[in-house]
Amino acid sequence: MRRRSIGRRGREECKMAALGSPLRTLRGLLRELRHAGGRASRPYRDTPAYQHVVAAFRAHRVTSEKLCRAQQELHFQAATYLCLLRSVREHGALHQEYHGKGERSPEEVAGLVGFRLPQQPGGKG
Amino acid sequence: MLSGCRRLLWGRFPTARFPRPPPAAAGSGPVGPGGGRAYAPPAERKRFYQNVSISQGEGGFEINLDHRKLKTPQGKLFTVPSEALAIAVATEWDSQKDTIKFYTMHLTTLCNTALDNPTQRNKMQLIRAAVKFLETDTVCYRVEEPAALAELQRNEWDPVVAWAEKRYNVAIGSSTSILGPNIPASTKETFVSHLASYNMWALQGIEYVITQLKSLILSMGLIDRHITVEKAVLLSRLEEEYQIQRWGSVEWAHDYDLCELRARTAAGTLFVHLCSESSTVKHKLLQD
Repeated sequence: MRRRSIGRRGREECKMAALGSPLRTLRGLLRELRHAGGRASRPYRDTPAYQHVVAAFRAHRVTSEKLCRAQQELHFQAATYLCLLRSVREHGALHQEYHGKGERSPEEVAGLVGFRLPQQPGGKG
Repeated sequence: MLSGCRRLLWGRFPTARFPRPPPAAAGSGPVGPGGGRAYAPPAERKRFYQNVSISQGEGGFEINLDHRKLKTPQGKLFTVPSEALAIAVATEWDSQKDTIKFYTMHLTTLCNTALDNPTQRNKMQLIRAAVKFLETDTVCYRVEEPAALAELQRNEWDPVVAWAEKRYNVAIGSSTSILGPNIPASTKETFVSHLASYNMWALQGIEYVITQLKSLILSMGLIDRHITVEKAVLLSRLEEEYQIQRWGSVEWAHDYDLCELRARTAAGTLFVHLCSESSTVKHKLLQD
């Protein structure tokens, strides 16, 4: 159970400082892509998503400008995609744990209050 | 005997009884869920493909599930203008394990909406719907009590409103009355003309984000990369976070809603950025 402290993030700081370091975003993103690889038929390093992310980060690494807008845009996009992958995974895990059981069968429903369904040879009706 | 015949009929023609799969379903592949139970929800579709890949067609990038091309719910070919977006959609399809969970595939849903336009709205109607949210914008609606919440709203929301006012050179303000803030017409016109500069796909995404966050100002903050997704979601749910801090968090409700809102908002924001960008990389020669 994670408590969110609003006071700590209450200050309206520099917008890009809230993103953290690009390396951390990249590492988190690659980790999420590893979890997101559905089938083990192909290693996650071969997936187009992995290659695209790595190539994009490499291409924007070297820049002659101090405040490169394209770099910041890429970092924001990467952070957004990381948030998407992470939230979908966490949401799926929560759904599976709390809401994934589906309906109870009639026998289970009867068993909740201690009843048993009558057994009729040949079924009802 | 009669009910036995009925059961036989239901078992044989399930497609007649059950509605089609939810709108986010792909049209390709065999149609109709199986199963013969009367009141069960439509059976989930199993993952019927092994590989997901991307190819470039005439209209843009297409997704291939094995050898089949992905289609929208209305049967059109699924094409996206941006390669990065196509890769992200392919990753969504690839990350499905045994069953396909359409409710987790937010980018696919957004692309389907943009391609099909099921509500059949034109650009102006979308823009008007988006700007209409300003009249009931979350960050403009303040409470008077409890005092701690009122102060929290002032501390957290005032900077964002000030940023929007400065960035777009408009007057917004906030209000504690039940009627909400009084937004001048010039403000609305400014936002209308600003949103008109986005293309149709990006507008679908923007309207989606606004509907999720219940705030035009927070959505513009996201589009302009002023705040991150996590921060925007936090600001949108400020009162809930305040109550959670006070009374505790219920994981299966609070965290569940938080993750879902974050996922949808992140998907919408990414969609807008990928649909409205045109990036070029300038290679300069190293001079030493």
